[in-house]
Amino acid sequence: MDATSATSNVQPDEAPGESGDLRADIAKYVGGFVIAGLLTLASFWAAGTTMVWQPGVPILLAALAIGQMGVHLVFFLHVSSGPESTNNILALAFGVFVVALVVFGSIVIMANLDTNMMPIGHPMQTQR
Amino acid sequence: MMTALLGRLGWDALPLRQPIPLAAAAVVALVIVGALSLVTVKGWWPYLWREWITSVDHKRVGVMYVLLALVMLLRGFVDALMMRSQLALAAAGAQGYLPPEHYNQIFSAHGTIMIFFVAMTFMVGLMNFVVPLQIGARDVAFPVLNSVSFWLTAAGVLLMNLSLVVGEFARTGWLVYPPLSELAYSPGVGVDYYLWALQISGVGTLLSGINLTTTILKLRAPGMGYGRMPMFCWTALASNLLIIAAFPILTGTLGMLLLDRYLGFHFFTNELGGNAMMYVNLIWAWGHPEVYILILPAFGVFSEVITTFSGKPLFGYRSMAAATMAICMLSFMVWLHHFFTMGAGADVNGFFGVMTMIIAVPTGVKIFNWLFTMYGGTLRFTAAMHWALGFIVTFVIGGMTGVLLAIPPADFVLHNSLFLVAHFHNVVIGGVVFGAFAGYTLWFPKAFGFTLDERLGKAAFWCWFVGFYLAFMPLYLLGLMGATRRMQHYADPGWQPLMVVALCGALVILAGIVLTVVQLVVSVRTRDERRDTNGDPWNGRTLEWSTASPPPAWNFSTLPQVAALDAFWRTKYGAPPDTDESADGSGSDPLPAPDTASPLSVPRPSAVGVVIAFFAVIAGFALVWHIAWLALLGLGGVVVTGLAHAWRTENEIEVHELYLNTPGISA
Amino acid sequence: MSTTVTADGIPARAPKTPRSERGPAPTRIVVSYGFWLFLLSDIILFAAFFAAYAVLAKHTAGGPTGPQLFDREHVLIETACLLSSSFTCGMLGLAFERRHALFTYLFGATTFVLGAAFVALEVSELGHLIATDAGPQRSAFLSAFFALVGLHGLHVAVGLAWLLAMGAQVATIGLVPLVVQRLRCFALFWHALDIVWIGVFTIVYLGAR
Repeated sequence: MDATSATSNVQPDEAPGESGDLRADIAKYVGGFVIAGLLTLASFWAAGTTMVWQPGVPILLAALAIGQMGVHLVFFLHVSSGPESTNNILALAFGVFVVALVVFGSIVIMANLDTNMMPIGHPMQTQR
Repeated sequence: MMTALLGRLGWDALPLRQPIPLAAAAVVALVIVGALSLVTVKGWWPYLWREWITSVDHKRVGVMYVLLALVMLLRGFVDALMMRSQLALAAAGAQGYLPPEHYNQIFSAHGTIMIFFVAMTFMVGLMNFVVPLQIGARDVAFPVLNSVSFWLTAAGVLLMNLSLVVGEFARTGWLVYPPLSELAYSPGVGVDYYLWALQISGVGTLLSGINLTTTILKLRAPGMGYGRMPMFCWTALASNLLIIAAFPILTGTLGMLLLDRYLGFHFFTNELGGNAMMYVNLIWAWGHPEVYILILPAFGVFSEVITTFSGKPLFGYRSMAAATMAICMLSFMVWLHHFFTMGAGADVNGFFGVMTMIIAVPTGVKIFNWLFTMYGGTLRFTAAMHWALGFIVTFVIGGMTGVLLAIPPADFVLHNSLFLVAHFHNVVIGGVVFGAFAGYTLWFPKAFGFTLDERLGKAAFWCWFVGFYLAFMPLYLLGLMGATRRMQHYADPGWQPLMVVALCGALVILAGIVLTVVQLVVSVRTRDERRDTNGDPWNGRTLEWSTASPPPAWNFSTLPQVAALDAFWRTKYGAPPDTDESADGSGSDPLPAPDTASPLSVPRPSAVGVVIAFFAVIAGFALVWHIAWLALLGLGGVVVTGLAHAWRTENEIEVHELYLNTPGISA
Repeated sequence: MSTTVTADGIPARAPKTPRSERGPAPTRIVVSYGFWLFLLSDIILFAAFFAAYAVLAKHTAGGPTGPQLFDREHVLIETACLLSSSFTCGMLGLAFERRHALFTYLFGATTFVLGAAFVALEVSELGHLIATDAGPQRSAFLSAFFALVGLHGLHVAVGLAWLLAMGAQVATIGLVPLVVQRLRCFALFWHALDIVWIGVFTIVYLGAR
């Protein structure tokens, strides 16, 4: 639905970011696919290996996950640092902020509640 | 066979043996049947269908939202009167006239209706009507989606009101905490009505949030940078960003409760590892941003009212915008203050207590900015200004009691007492309701072409103002004396006089509501005396006042070229002599002359909103009563309607150029 | 200064005018941004379920635990399917931006097949769990697991239905701007689902220790 005028739907669409050079565009997707694939394989390897210091594995997994998400955002969703993306990045940042608060906030709060509110030891209470 | 056909529906769903619910159901049914009959007899259906029901015009949708809110205000207020009268009677052994299982439904319905279907609906309605006009746009970004949003909200309202006639409502309070709301302790349909009504209307609200955010960020008129946007649009932006971020949490959490109730999951059950405290945590992660979603547009209304009726630009525009966005972010960092007593411990409580106090700071900045706006201005004490002044006094008191409650040790004494009830009514009535009425009074002439009667408006205000204090100041005292919320009777006869005073306050508010209705009727009858002939009845500052009253469907024949803040004031009176135009910071090329040669078009009306809502009500009702085939039918209807709309390729109507020469339509 | 204008005075080239003052954006940008906001809301919906999973992951109520139930090879194959479908979706995007109907159908079909493979694998996994008394009613951990993974799978299934509908639209209406706009939204949706899946397999499957 166009709220501005009738003519935007009638004119040929503006040139999107991709329609410049087909090879470059395809290369971008192939590159993203390969990098994301490698990071994914690295994640699966990291989860099962004993070669990494075990307490550091969750951090490594988190870093690899963030890397994969970044690859998706840049190579597949074409999020860039240009001015046309500013509103998108701001909205994304706000979303990440809320996600972090909800997830980590809930984990912290519930952990504190569990410690304070469970009269019997934590593992036993849930094994009824 | 009957179970397959009708699920759990049976004759016992009707309140045939309970006199009060039966009377209430009869009244609701009569009103609905009466209204429908009147429309049919007068032959208004074609007009209503064409001009309102299928309208995708943001102005029409906004008016419908506000009308829905006003009607639901009546329903919610009846609940309030019942509670006040019950408590005035039920002292020291007396049982009053409402048995507990009924009283519990009343306070649950009261809260649900007032928050979701009065406050939210009113604010969304005002934002819908005003924002496109203020930013110089022709409509919102997604007009058909806008209609869908409204009708889904109406579907939620209908489903909830159906619970009065067929079945029962939740008895759990307006947030339906588990384990009480789980199947084991609420086996009836009440909680299910609540859940499905809110899930359906929640979709509408979320879509509306997306719509308005996109509109504000992407459809502003040429020249209207962020620093030239009216303050109402800043607060609308913040509120809608909060809607986008917070409502999914509500959808998810209510969804988890639905999974528990319908499919035997164990998110919040007592057994097999569920954690009811997780519900409280998640629901308030939504619930706190929700109250800011409600208050921010009201703050925006007051900015418009105070600047208009002080004849001065807003003091500290940049700090207002910054404070608004700060509130937007901070509102996600305080939610634990709703459950200090649940036991997270002093460290966690302390953090959230401090954050809650911090969030009072940007609000304080706003209050001072409003006061400095008025200082030195030429004040006009119109009805709208009355609401604004009443807000400043009342909201500050409510805010202060909020900061008091933000201190965890104090909250341990006052949590879930009548003190808390007084606090949130203080801020919601003083802030949201007063803001709603101020906005209603301010923009009514823009919507309908004549102003409301000023004297009756001021009388209504004074009833609300005096009535509020009479009704809720006693509750602060009662809370400090130990009275809790949601109690159907109490032992201490010493509380009764205060309860009676509170009832008197409620009756004074009732007078205010009656006066509002009378004001509307009288204003319509005598509208020729107060016609808005030039579109600018208040000598306004912002772009909506540059259009005719009511504006044509396309709002602006040519999009306004905005050169400064308070764009319309600038158009009327020119730049102030000491203003350097380039100090706006744009340093831009002069804007090119607007193109008037291309044909103008408006979005085509669509029935998709009302039809989807119709099927949503069917699906919701069927899910409440576990009628599988009907639920599938409803869901299928929604999908088919959406697909049918997807194949509509003619989405706009061209406005004939002759229309543009009609006098009174602004260029 | 000569500047060309489109309808309603939107400057076609006004280099010194800040982007925020250039007037209403074209439909393409408006619709894509609106859909971007919807995706953000969807991610926050998932966040609520992630939070519930994180809190309830150890509440196994004497029943089976994550490490006992999860088959990482199975998940790796699912992930490969979904990631590949994201790639073919990218190719789909290149095709419909160039209005190339044949490649649109081709890459649309491959995206569909890969997505359907993902859903089938997931259904088989969840079905097996239910059949072996490890269904969502068994414990809070399993409730949270089924809800999170199921919500994502449901999104993928809805995406597949959307893709089919888009195929029908391309066939009946053609690659007109209205249809291309919807395909752009589909592509955004599909990539976002893969991003959510990264979170799911990392936290749920790989995180189960």
